[in-house]
This record gives sequence, structure tokens and C-alpha cells, in this order.
Amino acid sequence: MNPSVELQAWLLLSAALFSTGLFGVLTRKSAIGLLIAIELMVNAVNINFVAFGFARGDHTGQVIALFGIALTVAEVAVGLALAIQMSRNFRSLEIDQAQELNG
Amino acid sequence: MIAFTVTGIMLLASAVMVVTTRDLVRAVLWLAVTLVFTAIAFIQLRADMLAAIQIMLYTGGVITLMLFAVLLTWRRAEGKPQIEIIEWARGILAAGSFLALIGSAILRSDLPSGPPLSESNSALIGELFLRDSVAVEHAGATTELQGHILAFEALSVILLAAMIGAIVIARRRDAA
Repeated sequence: MNPSVELQAWLLLSAALFSTGLFGVLTRKSAIGLLIAIELMVNAVNINFVAFGFARGDHTGQVIALFGIALTVAEVAVGLALAIQMSRNFRSLEIDQAQELNG
Repeated sequence: MIAFTVTGIMLLASAVMVVTTRDLVRAVLWLAVTLVFTAIAFIQLRADMLAAIQIMLYTGGVITLMLFAVLLTWRRAEGKPQIEIIEWARGILAAGSFLALIGSAILRSDLPSGPPLSESNSALIGELFLRDSVAVEHAGATTELQGHILAFEALSVILLAAMIGAIVIARRRDAA
């Protein structure tokens, strides 16, 4: 396959994946559901980085994607800790219930 | 071409299942499918090491962590979940228009069309992480690639901070 057409196909795929994640973020009500949807979006971004690196014949894209993966894992750990604490304090994971800071 | 089509369809189908399943445990398991197919996509893009890391860290680590969190915070759903047609319509509208925007941008722009990566090179990625600059021979010419040692060090500090933060946040207050 022609490399730039192939890159285009990968980019469109990852855009579709990102949109699916966006839909999840907009419709999910529980905190963990939100984290899962964000995970989808990050995956789409990583595919983008790797696809660009592949098409340009450059390994830097993979390095950046590796940074992205590590940062996401840290983010998920903190996010899940927050979700657990939230379920203790509010007896629920519904993000609409956490409104104490809502002035 | 066939490999790309199969991977793409499986990625999108499992992603749609992730966001539409009501049950959070099932959503996490569908997310595992999505992550595995992302690893397969990485292999097709000559990123073998990234694929291995993806499977170890995500399908191994993150999925386990998420399953634990879902089960720890499990509450039986009270009453029938009402149908959220309005929210779904809103979500589909926003996600669809975003996809249309990005898609038309991708189709219109001039994409880089250099010679693509012919093979996976994990050793080079390691050197890019740990050195200031790396000399790469490509098509007879030697080019200097910039290393990412500073970002690597910063990342390790972030990981430490996230680890301590996760422990402190998830700890029971009354136990202290």
C-alpha cells in the first residue's frame, strides 16, 4: 500500500477511536467509566504518534508514545485511588453527586 | 491491507462495546480487547517493543487495577436505569462532529511521505531514552537524533509522585 495512504488510514482509524472515547466521556456517569473512556482516547493518541513515526521513518514517535503510556498508567493509578476514596465518602461513584466544592 | 482492516474493525467494535456496555466489569474486559488490538496495530507499525509494553503494562497492569477498583466500589444498581436518550444523542452529536472535523482535516492535509520504517529497532529506542543525542545511519547518511534523557528523568519523578499520591489518597482517613 502507498505509505501516505496507509498513514491516512491509520489516522482516520485513530480519529474514530478517539471519537468513541469522547462519546464515552460524555455519556458515562460513573468515575471509573470516565477513566475507561479516557483510556480509549489516550490509546488513539498513541496510535497516532506511532503511525506518524512509521510514515516518516523516525523512531521518535515511538519514544513519545512510550512517555504517553507511562504517564497514562500513573494517571490511572491516581484516578482509581480518587474513585475508591469517592465511593467511601459519597457511597456512590456517580460524578454528579460530588458537588461539595460547587460554590 | 487485510491485517489493517481486521485490526481496525476489531479496534472500533471493541471500543464501541466499551462505551455502550452498562456493566462496568464488562466495559473493563472489552477495554482489554481494545488494548490487545492496539498492541497488534503497534506490531503492524513496526513498534514491537511498544506492543510488548502495551500488553505488559495495560492488559496486565491497568486492567487488573481497574477490575480491582470496580469490584471494591461495587454497588448494586438501585432501580431500573432510565434510558438516557438525550445524553446519548448529545454524545453522538459531539463525537460525530468532532470525527467529521478531524477526518476532513486528515483528508485535506499533506501527510509526510518519506520512506516508512522498514524494521523495528528496540535498541535505538533505548538509546534515544538514555542518551543526549544518537547518531543514526540512514540511507548512507548519518543523522543526529535528539535524545530524551531529561524527559526520562522527569518521568521517573512523576511516577514516584503518582505512586505516593495514589497511596495517600486511597488510604483510610480514620485508620491514621
